Amino acid sequence: MSESALKDQTPVLEVIDVTKRFPGVVANADVNMELHRGQIHCLLGENGAGKSTLMNVVFGLYQPTEGQIRVHGVPMRFDSSRDAIAAGIGMVHQHFQLIPVLTVAENVILGDELTRHGTLDLDAARTRINELSTSYGLSVDPDALVGDLSVGAQQRVELIKALYRDAEILILDEPTAVLTPREVDEFFAVIASLVGDGKSIIFITHKLREVLAVADQVTVLRRGRVVGSADPDTTTTAELAELMVGREVSFVVDKAPATPGDVVLAVDNLGVTDNRGVVTVARCSFDVRAGEIYGIAGVEGNGQRELVEALAGMRPATTGTITIADTDIRKTGPRQVERLGVGHVPEDRNKHGVVGALTITENLVLNSYNRKPFANGWIMNRGAMAEQACRLVDTYDVRTPGTEVPASTLSGGNQQKVVVARELSRDLKLLIVAQPTRGLDVGSIEFIHSQIVAKRDQGAAVVLVSAELDEILSVSDRIGVLYRGKILTSMPRREASRERLGILMAGGEDPGPPTGPEEQIQEIPA
Amino acid sequence: MNRLGPLDDPAPGGPDTEGPSGDDPVTMSPQGLGRRWASLTPLLVLAYALLCAVLIGGIVMLLTGANPLAAYGALVRGAVGSPARIAASLARSTPFIGASIAIAFAFKAGLFNIGVEGQLLIGALFAGWAGTWDWVGAMPAIIAISVVLVMGALGGALYGGFPGYLKAKTGAHEVIVTIMLNTIALRLLEWLVLSRDPVILLDTSSSVPHSRPIADVARLPFLPGGASTRLHWGLALGVVMCAAMWFIMQRTTTGFEIKTVGLNPSAATYAGMSVPGTWILVMAVSGAFAGLAGAAEVSGAVGFIQPGVFRNIGFDSIAIALLARANPWAVIPAAILWGSLLSGAPLMQLQADLSIDLVRIVQALILLFVAADLIVRRVFRIGDDDGEPRTALATGWGG
Repeated sequence: MSESALKDQTPVLEVIDVTKRFPGVVANADVNMELHRGQIHCLLGENGAGKSTLMNVVFGLYQPTEGQIRVHGVPMRFDSSRDAIAAGIGMVHQHFQLIPVLTVAENVILGDELTRHGTLDLDAARTRINELSTSYGLSVDPDALVGDLSVGAQQRVELIKALYRDAEILILDEPTAVLTPREVDEFFAVIASLVGDGKSIIFITHKLREVLAVADQVTVLRRGRVVGSADPDTTTTAELAELMVGREVSFVVDKAPATPGDVVLAVDNLGVTDNRGVVTVARCSFDVRAGEIYGIAGVEGNGQRELVEALAGMRPATTGTITIADTDIRKTGPRQVERLGVGHVPEDRNKHGVVGALTITENLVLNSYNRKPFANGWIMNRGAMAEQACRLVDTYDVRTPGTEVPASTLSGGNQQKVVVARELSRDLKLLIVAQPTRGLDVGSIEFIHSQIVAKRDQGAAVVLVSAELDEILSVSDRIGVLYRGKILTSMPRREASRERLGILMAGGEDPGPPTGPEEQIQEIPA
Repeated sequence: MNRLGPLDDPAPGGPDTEGPSGDDPVTMSPQGLGRRWASLTPLLVLAYALLCAVLIGGIVMLLTGANPLAAYGALVRGAVGSPARIAASLARSTPFIGASIAIAFAFKAGLFNIGVEGQLLIGALFAGWAGTWDWVGAMPAIIAISVVLVMGALGGALYGGFPGYLKAKTGAHEVIVTIMLNTIALRLLEWLVLSRDPVILLDTSSSVPHSRPIADVARLPFLPGGASTRLHWGLALGVVMCAAMWFIMQRTTTGFEIKTVGLNPSAATYAGMSVPGTWILVMAVSGAFAGLAGAAEVSGAVGFIQPGVFRNIGFDSIAIALLARANPWAVIPAAILWGSLLSGAPLMQLQADLSIDLVRIVQALILLFVAADLIVRRVFRIGDDDGEPRTALATGWGG
């Protein structure tokens, strides 16, 4: 066997028996994985399974408590990401590490500046960036300001940043979570060209379809341990989901037919403006009855945000009326709306849903802190709060080391469970949920959907706003299409199909109800 | 370090390693010790910050040709060298406690109340004015003192609530507004007290310009043995203010609102809290704390208003509140440290022939090292455990 062939058989990266403990928490336990040259290795796992921690260990941001990392068979010790970069490892974080006011070229060289006679040599950087972008199809203008770029283009800048530092091993942390479907396709093309050039890629995701589409090898993590690996050619999404969650996952939301009662929410000729004063909701009318889930489908940016905020009392209506349980809420605020028995799972969980620095206990009383049993007049009742926290963390399966830790230490999925627990654990007449499962893994999605349906079955009216058609189709009893701030058509679920909604969402002519049998949803998109 | 076990290359984790591994409590110490270590680190950081400040201050003294040991010796003797010195230091620290509480309280709502200086002056003005009212002088001491203190709190509350109101209604930034109001308060006080035509508050019988003294019954008594150093019950009042702030923040619904508004105003709005209302309330209460501190000084220590006496208390208190990290109980030791340094400085000047300003340099250095605690943590390799999570530790919870 020739030496070069032997070298090819040595994995470019080995993770050997890595354990990472934090005080009170074991984030990774005895993890082993191998990455071979020119391969895409998918690291799959639920929110909080330890994927990001493991990759932070590989990238030198954390030091392993036990175990070691080998690169080309050589044991390494990374004291910082600088060491990992020197060893040829590049990482694209889920949240980009870019500076919006600097240009692409300036961002790329940041921390690794070329100088000539003591001044920045941006020309050399520009040339290099152009080379990289042509050879891998990463089209980007070196002189554009990063803040002006689309999310997809920013991601290309991150990739160029890694390649600029001669990365051979690329760690991509949930790269597709922020991309539109078209950008995802472009992104996969880029990945293919990178692999073709001999780069090796660790691809972190919880989207099963993507795994099957691109992976050469799959490792599944659950609760910090490797629970299995799979061959993407022979496995199915259902098998992968079961490995990930540890039990069989139902992609079909299990629910009985709705039994609608009285009208709980009546929106009539509503008009709302956004923060810039632009009218984003206009002549919008619809009713939602007790015991039914009304899904609002629409391409993002068609007034969903302002509509939901108006319903929750957070944004004034400029025209029309909103009536909740026979009460006109136009002149009231979020507190009065909440007192009417309205639960609201907001779209932006970091901005509205949770206060990261407050504890889980405190987040769970965010809008009921001044009511019995959590307060006796002016004095808060810590005991009642703690009791509720223990109960809800348990009921809603929030994975946390304790109830007194700041919410910011939880993964996104668990933060969302905190919000859902807070909003759904009350007696509700109306539940407003906006993008409830964005960025969550299949197990959490299934759980949150079942909770929404349970709330409906208890007699609450539910408004579900989602950009995911699959979510709308699988959960709703009735569906309205929001287009340019107006509900175009409301239809029962059985008259809706992906095609019909798609056409309506794009502002097209209504093709009418589908004629064939009801479409089955095969997979909930993660 | 010996727990790294399976790593076969020798762990280069000794004290001579470069790199930021010192930030990580897990690699810093074995697991069991880590917990206890963690609970001590904030104090440790403070201790090292003091050490650094003293060392660098010493270098500055050397550069000026003085003997740092002699100078620090004199400073310490001046601050705590005898019971009388200690009492004097506490007396000097007293107004800082209330004023720092005012700053810390506003911090909790995400507000930077630079206006404590002015609110304290207006509080002192209201108190000093009320104390000269004839009917107050005819009251029993308990009522007279209460009137003076309440008037001080009221003055501070109005003067603090006003910028809060402006912020709530117009969005005017409290820092800009209160800086302006500080100057206005100072000049207003000077005019009211010093004006001879017409005479408003001036005590025309005194050779030193100050306001008419307040009635004797309105004077806060001195603490036992505190008469010579003017150590008065305002110290206890300061402790009560710390307790009040702690109670509001920890136990009341208002405290929860303040905390939420300070941490995430959008989420506070979502939860039905009134963000502008909280701003007004917090600025008014903050002003009331400052006003009380000013009133206690007028009523306890001085007995009249003398422009200049209360200068810079509000500004120093910003530093003290930072030093205490806006923790109400930590304000007390921080204020006493600050007041003691100031109180010991004259002896240092006398015995070591050093400028009093050197104490200011040492104070600034302490503040620098505490505020920039990362320097201290890096140099002394202390873990970051003050409850502000920098990374999502629990994302990989393993059950």
